[in-house]
Amino acid sequence: MSETKQFVAKSRLIDELSWKNRLVEVFTKWEVLLCIIFVLVIVFFSNMTPYFLDYFNLMNATFQFSEKAIMALPMIFIIMCGDIDISIASIIALCAYVVGIAAEAGAPIPTLIVLSLVVGTVAGLINGLLITGLDMPAIAVTLATQSIYRGIAIGMLGEHACTKYPENFGFFGQEFIPGTIIPFEFVLYLFFMIIFAFVLHKTSYGRRLYAIGNSPETARFSGINVKRTRIINYTLTGLFCGISAILLASRILSVRSNIATGWDLEIITLVVLGGVAITGGRGTVFGVFIGSLLVGYLKFGMGLLKFSGTMMTIVIGSLLITAVLLPRLLDIYKANRKLKMQQMTRVGD
Amino acid sequence: MPDNSFTSFVRRTLARREATLMVLLVVLLVPISVRSPQFLSIKNVNTILNDMAILVIVAIGEFYVILSNGIDLSVGSVIAFTGMACGMLNESHPEFPVPLLLVVGMGIGALMGLLNGVLVAYGKIPPIITTLGTMSIFRGMTFVLSKGTWVTAHEMSPSYIALPRTTFLGISLLLWIAMLVILSFYYFSRFTRTGREVYAIGGNANAAKFVGVSETKIRVTVFLISGTLCGLAGSLWTARYASAVNEMATGFEMQAVAACVLGGVNFAGGAGGIIGVALGTLFLGVITNALPVVYISVFWQTFVQGLIVLIALALNTISDQRKNRKLLAQRRG
Repeated sequence: MSETKQFVAKSRLIDELSWKNRLVEVFTKWEVLLCIIFVLVIVFFSNMTPYFLDYFNLMNATFQFSEKAIMALPMIFIIMCGDIDISIASIIALCAYVVGIAAEAGAPIPTLIVLSLVVGTVAGLINGLLITGLDMPAIAVTLATQSIYRGIAIGMLGEHACTKYPENFGFFGQEFIPGTIIPFEFVLYLFFMIIFAFVLHKTSYGRRLYAIGNSPETARFSGINVKRTRIINYTLTGLFCGISAILLASRILSVRSNIATGWDLEIITLVVLGGVAITGGRGTVFGVFIGSLLVGYLKFGMGLLKFSGTMMTIVIGSLLITAVLLPRLLDIYKANRKLKMQQMTRVGD
Repeated sequence: MPDNSFTSFVRRTLARREATLMVLLVVLLVPISVRSPQFLSIKNVNTILNDMAILVIVAIGEFYVILSNGIDLSVGSVIAFTGMACGMLNESHPEFPVPLLLVVGMGIGALMGLLNGVLVAYGKIPPIITTLGTMSIFRGMTFVLSKGTWVTAHEMSPSYIALPRTTFLGISLLLWIAMLVILSFYYFSRFTRTGREVYAIGGNANAAKFVGVSETKIRVTVFLISGTLCGLAGSLWTARYASAVNEMATGFEMQAVAACVLGGVNFAGGAGGIIGVALGTLFLGVITNALPVVYISVFWQTFVQGLIVLIALALNTISDQRKNRKLLAQRRG
């Protein structure tokens, strides 16, 4: 009799725990947390200022972060493999320099685009070859190429600013999809985002990235060409630097050697905030999408409330550190919970 | 079996990074001084050394972080914050004793380094992410502190500006401080327990833990050293350039890392020495100062520095791999 009672009590306990568990599981998921924070940010700013929840304003704000959000996509692949690239801002500067000079020489728009993409791709490929070819640490190599790529732009441009562009060049970074108020840049971002989500989550290439991030050695033993994959990642990132450079040059129509300074930090922040583990092997494109929107609209809202750009840098820096620290604390919390649950269900054994 | 013949001795000495750097320096200096005889004049050499004094202080801090298998990207921002703090303190309280300003700078820098260290050691955040974040936080704090304004030469007390220029035995105080830092950290690295433990953690953190080295303690220590030295550098920077600007020392982390890589410090951790770092800094200084002599615009400085780092990095890696292969071959028979 008492045994039956005990059994019923225990199974009820397990039921209750698993229900609670599922809830905890869902709400400690990084993407869900991000969505909640995102909603809170929206609610907060729309209460603080009437200009925030305006459709036109919300669309217009995407101009400020689309290029960085686009760069965050290939960066997911790099960080997913446990690598890092801190030369991207410099590659963007190099591409923008080439675009600016070519435009001053009178090159038409298609030539400008091809030039930017080629320069970016080559710069990325060089990064990839240097890192994998000699097996050098990614941080050190990209720190060096950061100086090299930016150094070429500084050396060639000096104090000069390129401000002469062909007619209609401003379309890519300034215009809207005809007939709507949706910026072209943002649509381009959504397009790339879907492609990257498909590649990462639905193709063997994407699965390979997870495998490499979790253990490069194991991945190699299971027949994945780790070196080639890493080179492809860096080259892809270079290509997207070229795309970003076109958008950026088109948006501000002025190229100086200090263009895109500090973007490395912001783009890595987007990726890490989006839940991609900095050690590799974990993360989703959706998370980075929400993370990008979160940072973008956080900055937009802070701008509306007249916060200075400096305050934003502090916020971004703190976000980066919190975004890495928080999942770790969550993991510890989850592990403790699991332990406690095991102890509780062991009652009466 | 160790080979004791003279040729092998020469070969072993030349294989050391310090010797290679010395030879390279001489090789570099000969054509430069032929082209421009005043390059090796006492005045110019003094300028180069003084230019490099602040860098060597920062590079030594960076050296310990890299030695422990990390990286500190926040050095430039720590210099900016401490430099600005010292400048503003000097502006509002000109009577505040100047030597104490250096102590204040070191104190603030130590706190900033401590924050980095705690985040890395206890938060288990990779050093690159931690310092990438604090780099912008500290830089932002500099703006908040100064409210966007500058401290210019006429707002600072003459004794503070004169500090690095004061000469003793014909050598500037700045250089004396740099030499003191080099010597004391040479001693720290070679002859103290903590100094050796940094090598142990950098070489193989797990093995070091098994023999009783506290990993958290070492990780905090290296960032503490880096922060303190950057604080010292910041307070000297403001005095030497007689101004405190929000953007000061931007990109200085690159030069510090460059000096370390040139000095043969292994990016995988656990290998390198203070003398190498000092020579690496000197090498960088000679190259930078020689650019105008060979008619290269200063605008190309960033590019040349990046290229040098890349070459040094490749050389380090190749020589390491060759060493490893030789060891492997020896072990096989």
